[in-house]
Amino acid sequence: MSYVPLTETGRRDMLSTVGVSSVDELFTDVPRQYRYPHIELPPPLSEMEVLRELQRLSETNADLQHIVSFLGAGAYQHFLPSVVNHITARSEFCTAYTPYQAEISQGTLQAMFEYQSMICALTGMEVANASHYDGATALAEGVLMAYNVLRGQRHKAILSPAIHPEYRAVVRTYVQGLDIEIVADDALANDTRLPERIDDDTFCVAVQNPNFFGELQDMDALRALAEAAHARRALLIVVGYPIALALLQPPGAYGCDIAVGEAQPLGNALNYGGPYIGYFACRQQHVHKMAGRLVGQTVDVGGKRGFVLTLSAREQHIKRERATSNICTNQALCALACAVYMSSLGPAGLRRVAELCYHKAHYLARGIAQLRGYDMVTSRPFFNEFVIRCPMPVRDINATLLRHGIIGGLDLSQVGQDLGPDRWTDREMLLCATEVHTRRMLDQMIHALEQAS
Amino acid sequence: MQFDPTCRYLPTHEWVRVLGDEAVIGISDYAQSELNDVVYVELPEVGDAVEKGEEFGSVESVKAASELYAPVSGEVIAVNQDLETLPELVNQSPFGQGWMIRMKLMALGELEELLDVEAYRALCEQG
Repeated sequence: MSYVPLTETGRRDMLSTVGVSSVDELFTDVPRQYRYPHIELPPPLSEMEVLRELQRLSETNADLQHIVSFLGAGAYQHFLPSVVNHITARSEFCTAYTPYQAEISQGTLQAMFEYQSMICALTGMEVANASHYDGATALAEGVLMAYNVLRGQRHKAILSPAIHPEYRAVVRTYVQGLDIEIVADDALANDTRLPERIDDDTFCVAVQNPNFFGELQDMDALRALAEAAHARRALLIVVGYPIALALLQPPGAYGCDIAVGEAQPLGNALNYGGPYIGYFACRQQHVHKMAGRLVGQTVDVGGKRGFVLTLSAREQHIKRERATSNICTNQALCALACAVYMSSLGPAGLRRVAELCYHKAHYLARGIAQLRGYDMVTSRPFFNEFVIRCPMPVRDINATLLRHGIIGGLDLSQVGQDLGPDRWTDREMLLCATEVHTRRMLDQMIHALEQAS
Repeated sequence: MQFDPTCRYLPTHEWVRVLGDEAVIGISDYAQSELNDVVYVELPEVGDAVEKGEEFGSVESVKAASELYAPVSGEVIAVNQDLETLPELVNQSPFGQGWMIRMKLMALGELEELLDVEAYRALCEQG
């Protein structure tokens, strides 16, 4: 496609059609003193000087090549096989735009279809969409979908207090203006009492497994929760950590209706907080109420397999105010990274990653529990995150650790507001270990914690 | 283009056929041809009360989603379960197998306000 620049004749014609004689006249609404402000910019630099300056700026940041981090809490450091960036950096994928014109978008559409299929395999659910912005908005969309499945005739959404506090805050943002009440995530509520809160005005119950504190939910309890929800025709939403799903029973196996979560751990780097990617999967029977892009497989007029965006009448550009949501995009490049990551590891490889995460976290926990002054707070089975109590404020421990090139775990008093001020003191730390932590790094951490106290 | 003389119609293209104190409701051949391939029909539950003029469901095609408006008031006593797996029945047989809901009528007088087949045909031919 050739680039067609604006000509002087074209510009003059447009101006006269609009009824002005110069471009300046179009800005007369802006007060004169603000119309063409003088901005003090330094003189232009050469490419070499710019690169040097950016290099200098970036070196003022710490990075995970040089620092070991034990943070988790919703964003996880996993090893990215080189093939992931090799594929996502290809310009055909990197520059591809929205695949509304199927004929010229088969590559990106097929990649999204593969991603969707893999999410279904991982979660044990029947249909998955092409992704949402992140885990938090995926959960919010799940709540909206459940509300719509029950036709807006019910108004209570039960959210477990052990779901990531920021996810719950985002859900509250999303349901503003709707006749929806969020219940049961008061700080001291116990997960096991959730079935008792379900009544005939409940449209969904949401839990997270492993939960925000890394704890694994009991399978029988999850099945019972699903049954309790279904007995009242409410839907069960499960927020999951995709790496853990390679090791645990998938949500589809215990009665989940909508499975959501953060897919960043699958092939996406930490990226300083984003872009991330929310996965979303549900039962086929509810697919017409599911929001988000959906890629389907079909055949063309010649009988050859092809891919298209499908069930488009769900979306807001057709359904308008009756659509479940206004989302009409997805995180295509991040989803491609997930698909490449999952296919390069395969189910066995992904399971091995999960096993390493589990074992390394437990090794770290055991080592810390033996230190004087430190206690394990987590008493239930956990995946790769756990809570410890420190002999000194976490803030001080982390400052010491940082001087030794280690980023410590999350200071839980920082999220205390959402979880109830009585629950966490300033001594509780949420730690995470993944396959990237070598035994040496784990031993160094244990030693550093001992020294810091 | 089929226009069923045993039905009365809304200007929004829903038809109603009365049998005693019950009514069967669907959308017309004109409507289905405008919509194109129907992929999903959302219907009310048995037992729901519906008021004349109220929205009782929606029909989705590949390119559009339209609300369905009740031509009469009543209580839903049956919905066409076949449409869940075979939404194309609406296209293939809009006055027959593509029926949508059956209602117990509240007020027979409401039928008088609807268009008869000739008035409806004229409306469609106007475009």
